[in-house]
Amino acid sequence: MATVVIPALLRKLTDGKDRVAVQGRNIGQVIEDLERQFPGLREHLVENGDIKPSIAVSVDGEMGAGGLLDPVRESSEIFFIPALGGG
Amino acid sequence: MADSNGTNKDGYKVIGTRPIRHDGLEKVTGQAKYGADFSFPGMLFGKILRSPHAHARIRSINFDQALKVPGVHAVVTGADLPDLGHGAMAQVGELVVNTSYLSQNVLARGKVLYDGHAVAAVAATSPHIAEEALRLIEVDYEILPPVMAVEEAMKPDAPILLPELRSKFIASRTDPGSPEGPDKPTNIAAHIQFKRGDTEAGFKAADFVIEREYRTNTVHQGYIEPHNALCIYGPDGRITIYSSTQGMFSVRTLTANVLKMSDGDIRVVPVEIGGGFGGKTTIYMEPVAALLSKKSGRPVKMVMTRAEVLRASGPTSGAKFKVKMGATKDGKITAAEVWMAYEAGAFPGSPFAPGAMTTLGPYDIPNTKIDSYDVVVNRPKVAAYRAPGSPASAFACECAIDELAEKCGMDPLDMRILNGSHEGTAQPAGPPFKKIGAIETAQAVRNSEHYKSKLEGPNRGRGVASGFWFNGGLQSSAAVNIHNDGTVSLVLGSVDIGGSRAAMAMIAAELLGVDATDVRPLVADTDSIGYTDVTGGSRVTLASGLAVYEAANDALRQLKERAAKLWERKPEEVEFSGGIFSAKGNGVPPMKLKELATKLARTGGPITGRGAVNAGAVGAVGNAFATVCVDVEVDKDTGKVQILRATIAQDAGRAIHPSYVEGQMQGGVAQGIGWALNEEYFYDEKGVLRNTGFLDYRMPTCLDLPMIEAIVVEVPNPSHPLGIRGVGEVGIVPPMAAVANAIYHAVGVRMRELPMSPPRLLKAILAQRRPQEESQAAAAD
Repeated sequence: MATVVIPALLRKLTDGKDRVAVQGRNIGQVIEDLERQFPGLREHLVENGDIKPSIAVSVDGEMGAGGLLDPVRESSEIFFIPALGGG
Repeated sequence: MADSNGTNKDGYKVIGTRPIRHDGLEKVTGQAKYGADFSFPGMLFGKILRSPHAHARIRSINFDQALKVPGVHAVVTGADLPDLGHGAMAQVGELVVNTSYLSQNVLARGKVLYDGHAVAAVAATSPHIAEEALRLIEVDYEILPPVMAVEEAMKPDAPILLPELRSKFIASRTDPGSPEGPDKPTNIAAHIQFKRGDTEAGFKAADFVIEREYRTNTVHQGYIEPHNALCIYGPDGRITIYSSTQGMFSVRTLTANVLKMSDGDIRVVPVEIGGGFGGKTTIYMEPVAALLSKKSGRPVKMVMTRAEVLRASGPTSGAKFKVKMGATKDGKITAAEVWMAYEAGAFPGSPFAPGAMTTLGPYDIPNTKIDSYDVVVNRPKVAAYRAPGSPASAFACECAIDELAEKCGMDPLDMRILNGSHEGTAQPAGPPFKKIGAIETAQAVRNSEHYKSKLEGPNRGRGVASGFWFNGGLQSSAAVNIHNDGTVSLVLGSVDIGGSRAAMAMIAAELLGVDATDVRPLVADTDSIGYTDVTGGSRVTLASGLAVYEAANDALRQLKERAAKLWERKPEEVEFSGGIFSAKGNGVPPMKLKELATKLARTGGPITGRGAVNAGAVGAVGNAFATVCVDVEVDKDTGKVQILRATIAQDAGRAIHPSYVEGQMQGGVAQGIGWALNEEYFYDEKGVLRNTGFLDYRMPTCLDLPMIEAIVVEVPNPSHPLGIRGVGEVGIVPPMAAVANAIYHAVGVRMRELPMSPPRLLKAILAQRRPQEESQAAAAD
């Protein structure tokens, strides 16, 4: 199963767990599984049917550009981190 | 050095060389046209009335007398802009912008939130008539108490700037029961936290633990060319905008959203840009000029004065930091906690997130906790500035590391190398680094002639610091047109603010086997090239370079097909090497591109190679590190600091045009030294900016700086086919801490607030001297 590293301030929704095992072949399915395990988590990550624009997703160290469609492998490590702009 | 085939050590003929820049001649002869140079028949000049108050409610605006001035054609106020309500958002590429706040920043509605906030605008036949008319506009203000700094703004009883603002983000603010924060007005727009390991245990394992506070103040990018916009509202309802911008597509989308128009109704023509450094990634006057043009039926040009640039465009945040860091006797950093709060200006959107995501980036620390806050204050809304957020947070942590190194009795570079990040190290935000050059830049400085040299003389000191910044990905487009004389036009969507035209042309030339001068790069308008995100985030050479790489390869594929047609072979039988097309086996003479190009019309017509990429989110495709060493001499009687010598080592992945790479590194250090020593916004007790010109806003000149030595480190980026890393920003990250550390080693004073200007440093020197003198006097007694 893939692993999601839960953002620090959302760990209160996962009983303090910082890493959660999830099922899913893409980020959308992973978030659905997170929501099934920890109801209420999805609304902090998804907005208008896509990843919130303020959030970027890292899968195995690669920052995806496909939002909910970004693929996930069985052994993937997933981070939800702030999206950035530069100067 | 080239070998017998004319290639360098990496096998390239063009990449790594230093051809004359493609835009150089026009610029040095004064022929390059900037926004203020453009003029159209019947054009009017727009001017903006700005708030003299930092915080006030607008009771009424009366512009009847202004409209009566001969030569005045139109007046607009915030009432002329569409009401977007609260929380309207626009997607600009993959970034999101709150267009409700953007619209309120363009022209105030209801309240003014900083000295210089735009209130109304006039278009007239001359700038002087427009300015005269502004004086006749009557605005009735109810003055409110200003909130100028994070320390005040975060207090529970602080005056509220934006009544509708609620804290939000991926994480919560202070209420432990609600991930989105309590439903009550606040000046704290957002809070994020990154946490790894167990900091409490880490501090217990440390032999030394220090806790320090740091402060940085508002500084401006200081680009020489003021903001400008020229708008023509056409009879068909379409708008054409000439703008000095880092991203014409952003101008298009943001202006369209503020005016409630469609992107397709706006064409933005990017003009030459006289500096941006992040500050020209948003809009200020474009919607105003468009409204004035619509009302008057004429083209309208608006150009800010220097005072307007400083008062009302976007500087970068002042910020507050609290750092706790521990290390063992042998120099291993065991834990770090960093608290930071950034001033966003009047509307949310400070670089609080990248500040947190970069601050400990150069180091592999097992236990970390980082909290960062976005806070609104009565200052102009900040804009991006070269590695937004990172220089300030690096100042705090890099000074703390210097103190720890001293306690451990270690060379500060050895400590950085011992704790340095490497492939696999978790970034502050969590994901692991790929192959990076953090340690390599520290090693390069340690091995430099500068660092090995002896610094002698009184009141002289040497300081070092490292820094981390991301490389952007995002979307880019490019087109390669092969002409029948063998020259190539390269059409780009990326505005050139730092030499990207030359770098893009060199990538195309390398792949096509022609000289760099045979490629003519051109930055196109929004109707002439595919979508391209802003020039920023150290992304252009890397991501737009990827688009050029694709476009050139696409053109090459088509060229091979044409050669195959000529030679009656299959395309896969055509080879291309060293700039020469040949066919497998014998029978046909090889051809250079220039020869093949003459035969395009007979073999199928013109060739255009297309490249369009989404290189991923910011941070997707590379990371940049730099280490800086500075020697200073301090005048203990005046507090003035002289920079004696400065060296920067930076990982460029692969330097396409080394002169440009060195220029970016030197430019970053120069700006960082200005930020370190002099630059600062001075507000009076009413929140009015008092230094609105370059005489009083003290930027460094050539008299203040030595020749900055640049060491280009090349650890190829594994995520890029050419190994490129972005180089435009990270150079500004380490200098402030390096200078602060050098000052300490010169005179024994730890400076923890920027800028370390003569008054501030002299005060610290005197404060240090007084107890010493008192103890000496007591001993004498």
